[in-house]
Amino acid sequence: MADVTFTVDGKQITAPAGTLLIEACKTAGIEIPAFCYYPGLSLQAACRMCVVRIEKMPKLQTACTTPVAEGMIVYTETPDIAQARKATLQLLLGNHPLDCPVCDAGGECELQDMTFKYGAADSFYAEPKNHREEQKWSPVVYFDRPRCILCYRCVRMCGEGMDVFALGIQNRGSSSVIAPNVPAHMSPDDLAHVDCEQCGMCIDACPVGALTSGTYRYKTRPWEMNHVATICTHCGDGCKTTLGVRSTSDGSEIVRGDNRDKSGINGDFLCNKGRYAFDFANHEDRITQPLVRQPNGELKPVSWEVALDHVGSKLRALRDTRGGKSIGVIGSNRITNEEAYLLQKFARTVLGTNNIDHHRTADYVSFAQSLAGHTGRTASLNDTLKAPAILLVGGDPTNQSPATAWNLRTDVRLNRARLYVANSEEIKLRRQAKAFVQLAPFGYNAFAAYLAGDNAAAASAASDSNALSAFRDAVKAEENLLILIGSELRGAELKKLIDFGLTIPGAKFALLSDYVNSRGAADMGLLPDMLPGYMPVGSPSDLATEYAVPNEPGLDMLEMFDSAGRGNLSALYIVGSNPVARYGIDPASLKDTFIVVQDMFLTETAALADVVLPAANLYEKSGSVTNSYGDLQQVNKAGDRAGVRSDFEMIVRIADKIGADMRKLVPFGKGLRADMGQSRGAQSGEADRHAVWLTANNLEPRLSPFDAFAILDEIQRLVPGYNILRLQLLSGNDQHLSPVAPTPLVQIGTRRDQVLPANDSLFTSGTLGRFSTMLGDLQQNEAQRLIQIQTAAD
Amino acid sequence: MPTLVSHPDEVKVISRRFGQGAADIEKYLELDGYKAVQRAIAEGPEWIINTMKASGLRGRGGAGFPTGMKWSFVPKVSEKPKYVLVNGDESEPGTCKDHVLFLHDPHSIIEGTMIAGLAIGSRLGFIYLRGEYRYLLKIVEKAVADAYAKGFLGKNIFGSGIDFDIITQTGAGAYEVGEESALMESLEGKRGVPRIKPPFPAVVGLYGGPTVINNAETIANAPHILLMGGEAYAKLGTERNGGTRLFGISGHVERPGVYELPMGYSLRKAIYEVAGGIKDGKKLKAVVPGGSSCPVLTADEIDVGLDFDQMGKAGTMLGSGGIVVLDETVSIVEFALRVISFYQHESCGWCIPCREGTDWIKKTLTRVHAGGGSKKDIDNVQYLAENMMGRTFCPLGDAAAMPTLGFVKKFRKEFEEYIDGKRVDTPLITIDQLVGAH
Amino acid sequence: MSTVANTIFSPELAARFDHLVTIYPLSRSALVPMLLYAQDEIGYVSDAAVAEIAQRLDLVELEVRNVLSYYSMLRTKPAGKYNVQVCTNISCMLRGGYKILDHCKETLGIGHKQTTPDGVFSLEEVECIGACCWAPAMQINYDFHEDLTPEKVDVLFQMYRDGQGKDVK
Repeated sequence: MADVTFTVDGKQITAPAGTLLIEACKTAGIEIPAFCYYPGLSLQAACRMCVVRIEKMPKLQTACTTPVAEGMIVYTETPDIAQARKATLQLLLGNHPLDCPVCDAGGECELQDMTFKYGAADSFYAEPKNHREEQKWSPVVYFDRPRCILCYRCVRMCGEGMDVFALGIQNRGSSSVIAPNVPAHMSPDDLAHVDCEQCGMCIDACPVGALTSGTYRYKTRPWEMNHVATICTHCGDGCKTTLGVRSTSDGSEIVRGDNRDKSGINGDFLCNKGRYAFDFANHEDRITQPLVRQPNGELKPVSWEVALDHVGSKLRALRDTRGGKSIGVIGSNRITNEEAYLLQKFARTVLGTNNIDHHRTADYVSFAQSLAGHTGRTASLNDTLKAPAILLVGGDPTNQSPATAWNLRTDVRLNRARLYVANSEEIKLRRQAKAFVQLAPFGYNAFAAYLAGDNAAAASAASDSNALSAFRDAVKAEENLLILIGSELRGAELKKLIDFGLTIPGAKFALLSDYVNSRGAADMGLLPDMLPGYMPVGSPSDLATEYAVPNEPGLDMLEMFDSAGRGNLSALYIVGSNPVARYGIDPASLKDTFIVVQDMFLTETAALADVVLPAANLYEKSGSVTNSYGDLQQVNKAGDRAGVRSDFEMIVRIADKIGADMRKLVPFGKGLRADMGQSRGAQSGEADRHAVWLTANNLEPRLSPFDAFAILDEIQRLVPGYNILRLQLLSGNDQHLSPVAPTPLVQIGTRRDQVLPANDSLFTSGTLGRFSTMLGDLQQNEAQRLIQIQTAAD
Repeated sequence: MPTLVSHPDEVKVISRRFGQGAADIEKYLELDGYKAVQRAIAEGPEWIINTMKASGLRGRGGAGFPTGMKWSFVPKVSEKPKYVLVNGDESEPGTCKDHVLFLHDPHSIIEGTMIAGLAIGSRLGFIYLRGEYRYLLKIVEKAVADAYAKGFLGKNIFGSGIDFDIITQTGAGAYEVGEESALMESLEGKRGVPRIKPPFPAVVGLYGGPTVINNAETIANAPHILLMGGEAYAKLGTERNGGTRLFGISGHVERPGVYELPMGYSLRKAIYEVAGGIKDGKKLKAVVPGGSSCPVLTADEIDVGLDFDQMGKAGTMLGSGGIVVLDETVSIVEFALRVISFYQHESCGWCIPCREGTDWIKKTLTRVHAGGGSKKDIDNVQYLAENMMGRTFCPLGDAAAMPTLGFVKKFRKEFEEYIDGKRVDTPLITIDQLVGAH
Repeated sequence: MSTVANTIFSPELAARFDHLVTIYPLSRSALVPMLLYAQDEIGYVSDAAVAEIAQRLDLVELEVRNVLSYYSMLRTKPAGKYNVQVCTNISCMLRGGYKILDHCKETLGIGHKQTTPDGVFSLEEVECIGACCWAPAMQINYDFHEDLTPEKVDVLFQMYRDGQGKDVK
């Protein structure tokens, strides 16, 4: 729309016609207070806090519902406005409990802030306040009714934002109350509950302390925490979560996760895992001492030095006696890019083996190879919020990548995007879809063929051929289509779908995977046949040239275990992975293999190990991760636990013990003559600008092999597609990368399909999720609900 | 059955069929029924709207918006269907005129709805009655069925080639639904909470389509106006206040009832002559002139004409035409408490000033009335009411604040008497909140 | 949507609901009338009624409850066979509405929103019912009774007790 110019508090402002006054003012730096207004949700005009004076209007007007108009003259802070807001606050405070000293929201409360600003401190009511008991709606959502100011943000967030509709408004007038969808009288425990996705968005949206989080309530005060914005370790969306950490006797404990930052790639959104499932770090089963198996078979705690010596000497001996190719390495989907890169480099250059793999949750190799020769065809998570049309084939974002689902719903709601869903299941996102076609089980290959024009494939793709045909016509008529692909599609069928998509002008693609760095693990070459950046082993590449990399592809995950079973695998080095449980490996097959496991817990895999090294998790380290879409983001260290080490450090120290050249493994030491801080100065509380500049421009000294940035330098230098903008990364922003396999193509379809989707639900997260008490509680909560439904049905 | 009353000063336009069995379609036809709509079909929309404009008819629900102008705001061309909506959610305390109208002349409302439909190019009308009026709904439903049976409603009405349908609808107990946009919400099966305006119903109304929404009495006037001519109707009233209207006179009068008086008729005469004066020979203390939301007039302030403008000048409103008369024995504090209790009970709870303001005024007045008040309470009540005025989402906040301000300002002494312990009453226990209240 | 296999309502009401959902531009418009009619038949809006109405209109039950709880004529607990609703709003108050209410309380031995032990009467103080000019007034179920006096109330109660009261639904 055309721009209009208007005046606010004497300041000339220009904004597109139709912009809401409250938004236009915010953009211009004029903050208008509001409780009920929430960007992107439907308008309420209920709280009356955003009232402003508009010339020629007799009454004060609500800025949240007024579109800007040419020549409009607006005042946002006059005595009558201040009085109106003050009176509104006085009315709210009349029944508000004023238990701010113990309220979770104390210090982060919009009502407190407004009261402070407008000085509505005097109370003139003699009547007692309406007190109600706090209600536990779910393990993670608590409702304190007297604190509620009825802004309806939670109701809209749950309904419009989440498409869950678990919260409503009941009664009317001063008896109005936010009500959850399981009323007390219909609940076996006579208490009201929410039957929902437990995302906690209602808590996020609540301007006061009416909705509080089960993980955080009454734990601490906001100002007693440090707030660290980092990337959630769970699904492949890679949301930014802000972790509140507090010092403890053995490190620093994460006490809260939320989205207070809202600067991340996830925008307003954070799901239950990002919000609550940080508690594995504090789980009582966590290992904090290295364990070495004794001759009697027991795992015994030893010092780090002893453990690392043992690992180093043993691996060196096995490499030197049985050859590097007798050793296997398994990486993780939850370690940083730097760690993943370092691990494969360690395997290839120190151990001398290409036997390296990880739990693949999507076929990124075929994805990259299918897009070889094309540029600008990979989508960012940001595209899911803006694309005019989306084709979702396979996958279930609602449960497996909730931020993607949030964005798609938002895109449909606010931008009227056209969503096309093809799935063998009736996934929830079909409710937002313009067209949904239910595919036959395993019908993706036929569907891809059908899209590409093979009409004979229709019968095996879906039972409803008319729907299928209309679906294809609609999809083919689109331009700038965003094609989201679930991990069900792999190899040749994935290529078939992408080939079809490439015929649509402006189409972009993304392949959804399951964990925070599933994509990074593939990009970084945790693969037996691919070097970082999908450079095939044996073909010329910078990496292969610079370091001595074995020329033959190594063993993949299953081959390694087969080899172990035959007694040919001398050692297996497993970093942050639990393949024994995931792939159902027979423990007996590993009896002749020397196993080293880096993990937080004594998992099924770790329990078989000869050495277990207690590892830090993603929230306890720094580095970078790449989400499903190829968006790179920075991970910041939030929590800390005495006794554990980052995987990066452990790899380096093991390499050191093996006798590797540290400077070759981690190219540190560059820039030793740099300014070491003599001339630096930062005012208290400010960033050290000198340091920021040096870091941003890749000029800071790498002082030791433990500096992950030294590896990032190398990733940037050697991995095609990882042309990182440092300042973007360090500012906590996301950046889209698209490593693309080199042409000519390696034949797709000849590789073994080793993709094993995690199929996590909203309340599971692989092995790690089992150690999250909160996720456990939510699973139990969900199970109980299902039993109740079953009982009710009987 | 409500008793019908009559007085020589009445000018019977809209009430001319009352008591004649016109709920029966044959009787209605005998009394010039369904002639206006046929004329309307013949003359066309422009003529209808011009006639309505000329009549000076202003909305009888309370706000007094000129009806012809309202109809003219509806866009001629619309992608979405247009609707006519008849507001029979008569709920303003002191008001029972539509009650009589539905009872005695339901076809005039049906005919009026059709005329409005013809005027704006709508094919579907709704007649919404408050839930308490179930027996009237039966009457209206029968009238609608009879009209269908005669072929007056449905396809090709009166051979015009135009289709028109009417759906009757019932509420379920909510004053707020009398507000036009809240009524649309209710009719769409939602909580009766008002909508953000603009857009106004004439542009985006029911189901998102352009909608004319009129009070039942307003709509029932349309057939009469078309038959007698706009100017003739206008002449019955005063300048800018055309015609007559139904006034419900209740409270302490000898002959309470619904009377049709010309606009501008003297309030004093309405009380003392038409309604027979103050009951049992008592003295007049005050009058709430147009439903409970109108600021009170004292006994000295009743020499005023009953039209929108004169009442406005007198510092009150013509409102819904419900004149409530208070004799000298009435405790204004108790009365004010009863009024605010109503608005507290009926506040929809959407916006803070109304939801919390009505509640705190009620709580404070309850205490004052029970003898527990302090001087500061009177100021507090006034402060609360003043800070509700013009600040709420819909007019209910004003409706609660205006009378409260009137009582406190004009009868402050009485409040002080309660506070000083000079006057003690048994506490007034007002209606609890809803059953489902948590 | 519309038709439901195992309806909890009488065949007549079920048929009426089947029709009701078809007449509006959007079926949800039938919600408030359906709740009222369901209450007329069952005596209150039961959980089962909420569930079936939600099913008929393709709404979540919460949404039905949101609406249900808004309207003061709708109740979620049983009332007496005859629900006596005494208006005490201004016009009735001025002409003895509270006296009538007190008389009802005394005669029936119950208070606001209570039901007599035999289940015949329940009592409710209500806001303006639109009978201001014939005050004091009350409704027994949907029937209006006007110009009340305590004596008239006694006669009415006897009539209803004897099963001779009107009962329009």
